Amino acid sequence: MKLPRLPRLPRLPLLKRKPVPAYRAGKRADHFSAQDLIVEASYGIGARPGRLVMTTAGTVLGIASLVVTIGFAQTAAGQIAKQFDAVAATQVIIEPGETQTANGGTAATSRLPWDSELRVERLAGVEGAGLVAPVDIGERTVTAVPVNDPSAPETLGPPVIAASPGLLAAVRGKVVTGRAFDTGHDARADRVVVLGARAAEVLGINRVDSQPSIFIGDHSYTVIGIIDGVERRADLLDAVIIPMGTARADFGLSGAEELQIQIAVGAGALVARQAPIALDPNAPENFSVVAPSTGSGLQENVQADVNVVFLILGLIALLAGGLGIANVTLLSVMERIGEIGLRRSLGATTRNIAGQFVVESAVIGLLGGLVGSALGTFAVVIVSVVNGWTPILDIWLVLGSALLGAVVGLAAGAYPALRASRIEPVTALRGGT
Amino acid sequence: MTEPPIVQLTNVTRSFPGPPEVQALKAINLRIDKGEYVSIVGPSGSGKSTMLNVLGLLDRPSVGEYYLDGELTQLASEDERAALRGGKVGFVFQSFHLLPHRTVLENVMVAMLYSGVPRKEREGRARTALERVGLGQRLTFRPATLSGGERQRVAVARAVVSEPRLLLADEPTGNLDATTSGEVMDLFEELNADGLTLVVITHDGNVSARARRRIRIADGTLTEIA
Repeated sequence: MKLPRLPRLPRLPLLKRKPVPAYRAGKRADHFSAQDLIVEASYGIGARPGRLVMTTAGTVLGIASLVVTIGFAQTAAGQIAKQFDAVAATQVIIEPGETQTANGGTAATSRLPWDSELRVERLAGVEGAGLVAPVDIGERTVTAVPVNDPSAPETLGPPVIAASPGLLAAVRGKVVTGRAFDTGHDARADRVVVLGARAAEVLGINRVDSQPSIFIGDHSYTVIGIIDGVERRADLLDAVIIPMGTARADFGLSGAEELQIQIAVGAGALVARQAPIALDPNAPENFSVVAPSTGSGLQENVQADVNVVFLILGLIALLAGGLGIANVTLLSVMERIGEIGLRRSLGATTRNIAGQFVVESAVIGLLGGLVGSALGTFAVVIVSVVNGWTPILDIWLVLGSALLGAVVGLAAGAYPALRASRIEPVTALRGGT
Repeated sequence: MTEPPIVQLTNVTRSFPGPPEVQALKAINLRIDKGEYVSIVGPSGSGKSTMLNVLGLLDRPSVGEYYLDGELTQLASEDERAALRGGKVGFVFQSFHLLPHRTVLENVMVAMLYSGVPRKEREGRARTALERVGLGQRLTFRPATLSGGERQRVAVARAVVSEPRLLLADEPTGNLDATTSGEVMDLFEELNADGLTLVVITHDGNVSARARRRIRIADGTLTEIA
């Protein structure tokens, strides 16, 4: 049976148009331009989405582990830098060691000597030191005026803290008005006090030139100064500070709570080692020392640990990813021999064919890189949030690793593309499809 | 004005180095003028495929000269031959060679990627070509959903959309039944009537019988039948 003749449609302008010299066709603007190349490559990639996922898996893993590795190193470095502020770097705190007692409590294993200040001041790197101890004043109250008013509500007076003369300097306190007590006051157990700024406010004292007094219990103490701006032991601002010697004489203070030492930057390790020996040469191990770690060293350690293990894993995964892309692209070349032959017959040059496969594998690599760096960034953020850290990631790291994926794809596609371009159209067209 | 012939083969020999050396084409002389409809028949192994490859610039003659539309192809570089192929020759294959993941329209547009058709003209020309072969209603179909005859018509549309000087068909009905073969051959006749130069290579006597000029190829040499 013969089909009815196809309707005569308007004739194609076949051969009517002045033919373009074919030799020059290659130089015309729209001869397989970059846009065409990308469109063709994206069709090639999109043809098999399932395979695309498998192909990119290696690159995704590799890029993700690189981003995670470097991201965590940066985050950890940032975390350390945050703790490593200027004050913390110059502060050493020594406390008497503690041990667990049978009934679950703790007991001090040593006592800070009363002359701790003098003992550590001679050490290299120490710029100032002072003892601190809370003073138990029992039933006594701290007042500015001793008024015996039975109807007045009971008030909670400011706490009393004993300090050695060097403390104020060691915690970087500033004298707002008056002066601080000195070793003389301490040695004579003079009844003088220095008020923290907020305690002074509570007690209604703002100037000391009139030699105001406060009462702790029944004894009057002369206020000789008001301090402010301490950077450590902020509780001093709320406290009435008396000399250590006075506290021992009047309130039977038995021992200091801690020794604050201001050190030069970088002297932390040295002071931490020497100070306990200076305090008690026979049992230096009985003190617990809080000293700044040598920040940069710690930072390097963290970075080095993370980098070596994961960086190698990341690079291996990336290599595997690249081989995967190369393999799949090679497979794809073999599968699409017919397409290659067709394109050649349509006028594609060997470079056009090679370019198409290279771009395909580079785009696959770029996709893997993008997904990988997104996953890596996500992992860094999640882990940081869980640990309460500030996630720090260099934007160039994220973008660069996505691009690295593209580079891996590009390298992986080179050989398959070469193979594709070497395929003879004659043989290619004999194949099926 | 005398136009040069579309195809001018002078003493073309194509030999494949052995051992033993095989001469697939032996000192062939052939001239095909514009608007001719030529069929080349011959049993398998007679040199048909080599003939097609030489005519389509997919292969180079070992000896002899080949002028395509007045241009000597011997001295052209591979890139120039690719450009000539894209601009002057259209191919139709036995197994269609359509891209399975692309629509009919896109399959036709692929032909214009390499032949230098301005991008904004491509879609319109592909539509016109598909309407010309009677597939105007199938533009968004995938090849897998088309019948064999429809697929071959898509391939024909793809071959003619770049306005080639020469259409080469290699066993165009080899995968088709008698009815659809007839359809495709009708289409070829229409295209030829419009002025397209057509060379059909086949071993099917019925197909070759429809050509105005028939050439037999046997053992690497040509004989005119009628």
